[in-house]
Amino acid sequence: MDADIFLILLQDGVVNGAIYALLALSLVLVFAVTRVIFIPQGEFVAFGALSYATLDLGRTPRSIWLLLALGAAATVCGLWTQRRTLNRTALAMLLSETAVFPLAVAGLVLWLAPLKLGVAVEAILALAIVTPMGLLIYRVAFQPLAEASVLVLLIAAVGVHLALVGLGLVFFGPEGSRATAFSSANFTLGPLSVPGQALWILGFTALLIVGLYLFFGFTLHGKALRATAVNRLGARLVGIPTADAGRIAFGLAGFIGALSGVLIAPLTTVYYDSGFLIGLKGFVAAIVGGLVSYPIAATAAIAVGCVESFASFWASAFKEVIVFSVIVPVLLWLSLRSGAPAEEE
Amino acid sequence: MAEAFLEVENLNTYYGDSHILKDLSFKIRRGETVALLGRNGVGKTTTLKSIVGWVPPRSGRVSFEGRNVTGQEMMKNARLGISLVPEERRIFTNLTVFENLKLATVTAQKPGWSLQDVYDHFPRLQERATNKGDEISGGEKQMLAIARALVQDTKLLLLDEPTEGLAPLIVREVEAIIREIKSKGMTILLVEQNFYSALAVADRCYIIDQGTIKFEGTPDQLRGNTEVLSRYLHV
Repeated sequence: MDADIFLILLQDGVVNGAIYALLALSLVLVFAVTRVIFIPQGEFVAFGALSYATLDLGRTPRSIWLLLALGAAATVCGLWTQRRTLNRTALAMLLSETAVFPLAVAGLVLWLAPLKLGVAVEAILALAIVTPMGLLIYRVAFQPLAEASVLVLLIAAVGVHLALVGLGLVFFGPEGSRATAFSSANFTLGPLSVPGQALWILGFTALLIVGLYLFFGFTLHGKALRATAVNRLGARLVGIPTADAGRIAFGLAGFIGALSGVLIAPLTTVYYDSGFLIGLKGFVAAIVGGLVSYPIAATAAIAVGCVESFASFWASAFKEVIVFSVIVPVLLWLSLRSGAPAEEE
Repeated sequence: MAEAFLEVENLNTYYGDSHILKDLSFKIRRGETVALLGRNGVGKTTTLKSIVGWVPPRSGRVSFEGRNVTGQEMMKNARLGISLVPEERRIFTNLTVFENLKLATVTAQKPGWSLQDVYDHFPRLQERATNKGDEISGGEKQMLAIARALVQDTKLLLLDEPTEGLAPLIVREVEAIIREIKSKGMTILLVEQNFYSALAVADRCYIIDQGTIKFEGTPDQLRGNTEVLSRYLHV
């Protein structure tokens, strides 16, 4: 291997790693706030990428029907779980989130999709379709189980993953899609040819990391989310609505997943089930961070991207095996260091 | 009796199959400090948890200011002004003392004490304002948990064993704080193992045994009733 190949592999690794970093942050966030190990994170990537690619062709993505169906299911679940406490404002809030917003997005997509208004509008529409799915899935699958154990929540997460992959096949079909890049710019940096899309990915990742840091470190909403994460009972004692915290976390997870999808759609062909592997790599990074540390998870994600890119050069057949084997020593080390993690009552 | 501020009627609460509270009834008037006494495991903490909706009762009724709040979600009760300071305190260990108080202020429906009021009454919390919740002592945690309830518009303060596990000197400090809060007109329901500490601040007391009220009276009446004392409190 010469220096040029090394640099090219490194560039590839860092760009992929940035996407894994986004997903890892989202997994840490969701786990911290709701204790859900969010296996279906990758599905949002696939849905985001495929919705964006379909919009890019000037067609209406069928994911809007999935959004409406999820909205309907969430309405029913919401009415049922809140049946005893429902007043007029609560009903209005529930319906605006589960019915009005999805309908508005669907209407907007039906109207704007054929007009081909350019990548920016298409990307925003794809985000608008997929982001609320996160929050609706929380209402349908996880809010009723909010007090269950981590294991039960994990089983529910696997169930949601399997359901979403199946629905992905129904709504997007078995063919893969690829979208136009945000810009056709290409920069030459010594031996490297850096596509504009790579810079978009790095830029958005950096922006989101800084944004999350500011949000959790300096705003009261962010602090309330962190507080809920550590101490759900304490949060309820002072009147912080823990269900709202869960919805915010899942909404952010939907947004981050969809954004990752939109960002990678121009770089690689995405299929309905591509999300799982991408999500798992983010998961490896999140695990390295013990599912609690954002900076370690982000750094680990870049490392996972690099391991993957070098592994694909030296032993491409074993690429995935090598990446996932990285998790074994980390798990050993974590379990030796801290013993079994204590679960809060 | 003046109209009850908090009224608990025929409460039945279970943990799984075990019947903990059996037709438990009692009342608290506005501005009163009431002590709930009894041995370990007779249902004192469960009574508090049933009132706030942490462990919803299976039957019976809890009314607060004439409003039915039976089994209502804890968060909503907190917003109505019923604040529980649990034995484990449940402060936010990853936030500083200041952030803990600030967060409670923001989630409050109406403001209670100002931050300055809190610091005037709890000078230790001001010294520790920038320390995180896991860097302060047990007594300071207890003060923070109480202060957190006070910055909200708390109308009924439920204190579960506030002096549990504290050094004698700190116990006296916490007792002084409870008296101070009481003198400002707060209604307090106090659960205590420490019988002497509770009688020193209470206007009235109830004794619970096996999930029902066995005695109701003033601290003086209780002190004079050696039969009740030895039978239910072993003193």
